[in-house]
Amino acid sequence: MTIADADPVSIGQHLLGIEELSAEQITSILDLAEHYRETTLRGAEKLDDLRGIVVANLFFEPSTRTRTSFNLAARRIGADTVDFSASGSSLSKGETFVDTALTIEAMGVDLVVCRHRSPGAPHMLASHLKAGVLNAGDGTHEHPTQALLDILTIRQRREIQGLTVALVGDIRHSRVARSNIHGLLKLGARVIVCGPATLIPRTITQMGVEAAYDLDEILPEVDCVNLLRVQFERQRGAFFPSIEEYAHLFGMTAERIQRAKDGLLVLAPGPINRGVELTPEVADGPHSLILNQVTNGLFVRMACLSKLAQERRRARNSN
Amino acid sequence: MQRLLITNGRVIDPANDVDQIGSLLIEDGCVIDLLEGTNFAEIDAERIDADGLLITPGFVDLHVGVGEPGFEEDETIASAALAAVAGGITSMATLPTTNPVVDNRGAAEFVKHQALQVSGSRVFPMGAVTSGAKGESLAEIGQLVEADAIAFSDGKLPIANAEIMRRALEYSGMFDRPIMHNAMVPELSESGIMHEGFQSTRLGLRGIPAAAQDIMTSRDIALAELTGGRVHIMTVTTMDATDRIRMARQRGIQVSADVTPHHLLFDDTVMSSFDTLYKVSPPLRTQDHTNELIEGLKDGTITAISGDHQPLAIEKKAVELDVAPFGICALETLLCCCVRALIEPKHLTWPQLLRCLTVGPAEILGVDAGRLSRGCPADVTLIDPTRKITIDATQFRSRSRNTPFDGQTFTGAVIRTLVAGKTVYERQP
Repeated sequence: MTIADADPVSIGQHLLGIEELSAEQITSILDLAEHYRETTLRGAEKLDDLRGIVVANLFFEPSTRTRTSFNLAARRIGADTVDFSASGSSLSKGETFVDTALTIEAMGVDLVVCRHRSPGAPHMLASHLKAGVLNAGDGTHEHPTQALLDILTIRQRREIQGLTVALVGDIRHSRVARSNIHGLLKLGARVIVCGPATLIPRTITQMGVEAAYDLDEILPEVDCVNLLRVQFERQRGAFFPSIEEYAHLFGMTAERIQRAKDGLLVLAPGPINRGVELTPEVADGPHSLILNQVTNGLFVRMACLSKLAQERRRARNSN
Repeated sequence: MQRLLITNGRVIDPANDVDQIGSLLIEDGCVIDLLEGTNFAEIDAERIDADGLLITPGFVDLHVGVGEPGFEEDETIASAALAAVAGGITSMATLPTTNPVVDNRGAAEFVKHQALQVSGSRVFPMGAVTSGAKGESLAEIGQLVEADAIAFSDGKLPIANAEIMRRALEYSGMFDRPIMHNAMVPELSESGIMHEGFQSTRLGLRGIPAAAQDIMTSRDIALAELTGGRVHIMTVTTMDATDRIRMARQRGIQVSADVTPHHLLFDDTVMSSFDTLYKVSPPLRTQDHTNELIEGLKDGTITAISGDHQPLAIEKKAVELDVAPFGICALETLLCCCVRALIEPKHLTWPQLLRCLTVGPAEILGVDAGRLSRGCPADVTLIDPTRKITIDATQFRSRSRNTPFDGQTFTGAVIRTLVAGKTVYERQP
């Protein structure tokens, strides 16, 4: 049985955001990720689902974790990988972003994994390339595989439908928040965003979430907290008075865990600022699913690459 | 003596409240007479048949970006002057934020000189308000006036310092020249890409709140009242700014404003495409704002429409959205965009629209243009209101192609443009 037989749900040529996906498509990615997890746990050898597929990792923004995860994921399912390192924007090299995209295309890659500082950069790639484009984080817009791995991690413990999930922290600058909001809402969860008012755009509620500024007030209602990294590097000036004050108001501590529901799930899409978003004892404690997230990241990325590769093969065969 | 008779068209001259079928008699480059009826066999003149066409004063564009000097890859003064007449524009004021900045007499003389190289639109240089457009100290406004600078502006750079703006209004008031301002609080708009609202939140793109324009417009109105100077808000985009301008004008304060057609045609939802062609400053707002701009045009709060031409070479827009420069190449699509935004939805009548393209902006600049009065220079635009045209940016006379309208079909076209009675543009059939 091939993967394509097992998985009839297409997610399209590109994976640019969770916003464009249906609940069925999201579920199909998660199911395929589960399939890869089980296969791996059974101790399967390296798979060859993506034999003959070339995946280019195009990272315009430094990222060790996501890049490594994508690289490993691609190799585990038999793809060939190439790495393009580029810092900053294409402008600094004197060529346009479109030039860069066309150069990559000309090298005959099938899938491009793109991480970029600028929102919409992968969309720009997608509009110029025949290759499939996978958004590995575009500025403050979306980070679909992170949201998928977060949701998979939750789903392994609880049913998403009817669950209350709080996204805590810097919502304004968080692509993880946006992707999580789309995904969780589509799967029927209730989503609360919580953080300093300077980091929660007032219009966020139009996305279908609730906004809260007092973590202690919402904690008793929440089944899962996702503690977003404070994006010091994306902030234009200071959005809150001090890190100490942030940690005091929004940091997840052992005391706060005590006041929360039993079985509270704690997620944090790293790299975490220990002592800011959460204390070390919470990060390393029994509620924390941080390492599960990292492992699931691998399976989710295998699933996404696999689905895009199927689409790519379909397109190649029909030509 | 050279005589020209443009016959049998619908003459719309908003400055003189004329809207009638008639013929325009031109002699030695000046308007001689508007003749009722169609049959003037006894008149000895060259003839242009304007049957089915609108005969209207040439358009006046309040603020046109030209690349020259310094950014000739985007546009030259000559290419802009030629593109302008293809858009029906016969007078344009050029933004001084070139490199070097037009902040001295010699620079203004250069702009005038370059404009004389081609038979295109009339070119009125604007001078910078502040030295180097840096917002720190006043430019030599008096000397610039002597070199025919028609108005003063720091282009897209807001004059953040209220004391500098106050002095600029007082000083330019001596010469009865307006200050044309991109009214925007820089601290609120810094690094912004699009309108701040639900769409910017959804897309993760840094927003420029409407308040950035509201606040600066209020400040400018207060300073215009304080000084008695004349301030013009370039490209008004928000409901509140429009409303504040409306109230200020009712109180007799010398404030005026213009809009662009693209702010009327698009709202911030187009940013979902992440297409750099929609990145403009001030940004595309929401439908609520657009509706108020249209009300402002209807009730005379906003008396001018400018394309806000910002030519940019292809490679400058083929970059990531956050680093792409702002602007749309607008000279050659001005009329058809206005028709789509204002005539087709019946927001304005033809005379109302043409007022905003002719005498409205001419009065803001204080130039003798935008009217077909006896003795005035015969700058005339002939329009076919029913002609369908498809925009082909590769055929632009402008050096740049940064238009979101490429490939789109519009109704309403400039057929012929005359400057001083001489045909400087004629559309191929």
